[in-house]
Amino acid sequence: MRYLPNSQADRELMLREIGVKSVDDLFAPIPPEYCLNRNLNIPLQWSEAEVYDWFRARSAENGTEYSMFLGAGAYNHYRPVVIDSLISRGEFFTAYTPYQPEIAQGTLQSIFEFQTMICELTGMEVANASMYDGSTGAAEAVMMAVRLTGRNSAIVARSVHPEYREVIRTYAKHQGMPISEAAFAGNGRVDLAALDRAITDDTACVLIQSPNFFGTIEDVAALADLVHKRGALLVVSIAEAVSLGIVRPPVEADIVSMEAQSFGIPLSYGGPYAGVIATKEKFVRQVPGRLVGETRDRNGKRGFVLTLSTREQHIRREKATSNICTNQALIALMANIFMTVYGREGLKDLAKQNLAKTAYAVEQFGKKAKVLFSGAPRFNEFVVQTSEESYAISHRLADKKIIGGFPLIKFYPELGNASVWCCTELNTREQIDIAAGEVK
Amino acid sequence: MAYPADFKYTKEHEWLKIEGNTGTIGITDHAQNSLGDIVFVELPKVGAELASGKSFGTVESVKAVSELYAPVSGTVAEVNEALGTAPEKVNTDPHSAWLIKITLKDASEVNGLLSAADYEKFIAEEQ
Repeated sequence: MRYLPNSQADRELMLREIGVKSVDDLFAPIPPEYCLNRNLNIPLQWSEAEVYDWFRARSAENGTEYSMFLGAGAYNHYRPVVIDSLISRGEFFTAYTPYQPEIAQGTLQSIFEFQTMICELTGMEVANASMYDGSTGAAEAVMMAVRLTGRNSAIVARSVHPEYREVIRTYAKHQGMPISEAAFAGNGRVDLAALDRAITDDTACVLIQSPNFFGTIEDVAALADLVHKRGALLVVSIAEAVSLGIVRPPVEADIVSMEAQSFGIPLSYGGPYAGVIATKEKFVRQVPGRLVGETRDRNGKRGFVLTLSTREQHIRREKATSNICTNQALIALMANIFMTVYGREGLKDLAKQNLAKTAYAVEQFGKKAKVLFSGAPRFNEFVVQTSEESYAISHRLADKKIIGGFPLIKFYPELGNASVWCCTELNTREQIDIAAGEVK
Repeated sequence: MAYPADFKYTKEHEWLKIEGNTGTIGITDHAQNSLGDIVFVELPKVGAELASGKSFGTVESVKAVSELYAPVSGTVAEVNEALGTAPEKVNTDPHSAWLIKITLKDASEVNGLLSAADYEKFIAEEQ
């Protein structure tokens, strides 16, 4: 395909071919009172150099020269340079939907590998080709549970990312799906007794996050026991994918919805990211989005195809299991390359580094302020309660080129001046000491 | 394949066999042949109420998912669980591989269905 501007001669040729004199003739059927008769109210076009400068300035606002203790659903991890080189190959960069397997084997194979590695990591049997992000993935998982159980309501733990909960409520609102919340206990985990009381015969699923919004790792096995006894499904949302390098996979869950951003996907102002849904094989027909399967051609050679797409929106729109009709192929490919580069051992090492950095930070912050939810294991986030407003700490740290923790007052007013801090392999001991020094 | 003369048929390609107050429902040979290899059948639960002409499940082949329509109204009395692991039986023996059995609500609804001869004529015209 050529992306070249049309010359005046090209335009005249096309108009002559159609049999009209001018472009205006093409729009003649539109009554004049409905025509705008002026230019659109948008800025005039910029030169390539101006656009480049503008984006460079915006890019600088990402604060790349700052050290970061902000997590809360978007994590600052190292991105191996090979990722951008490989995804920039034309075959990947320009490819759209791989409907035609004969010419899309590379794209299909990369998606198949992504699905396979996600299954290995999460302990599930099938994974889809990716969703828009972790929050829409969580909402889709809830709707999937409603279809599977024939029940209509869902319980979402209050320790799930607050914005994920908002997305779920948005999805549920016009489907008449009641969503209630389950409280957290003093150790930051879901309060099992309160959850048990909240489940009814209409509860399709309980959705939890692990590590949860406070960084606390949930007792997935105990939760699954409780939820399954009541005939509901357990959905586990994972916002920090690197945790899977060391935390036991949530094998007891019925559906796992994950955000893959930690796996080599840049922070980029909050998107585009890549969500995932993984589940047991027996639920495969209710999985939203698309799946790539392995097959054999007529000569017995291995090949890859989109499979089970009979329920996808492009074929059976009115009966589709979801309104998602594509996937985040290029972003998922970043995660794919990341998983391949790190490998099983590398990912474990990476997770250990995150744990060690966090343990050190918790110790330092704990000297000057109160670290909440200490009674349960945690991954790279922890909640610190301070005597002053968390925003005040953040402002002082910003002057030292440090981005502080995420203030919880907006979403959890009962926690007072608390904020959730995050340490990854990219935080140095020196930065941790400086940050902890400002906390009081 | 000959269409059994003691069955009734719909223009949506379901067959209905009546025994007393019970109706057995399946899809016709023409339907299975048009769909191709059937890989999954989604059926209602026992006790579900069916309304004549309304969808009660789906049949999925390698190329499409199609709705199943109730030939008559009634209550689901039995579901052919064997199709869960062997949906291909619908391909090999469509007039024996039934999907569900229902208790009829109004036996007079049967009068509106096609006979074997009418159905064969109908599919001949459709092709």
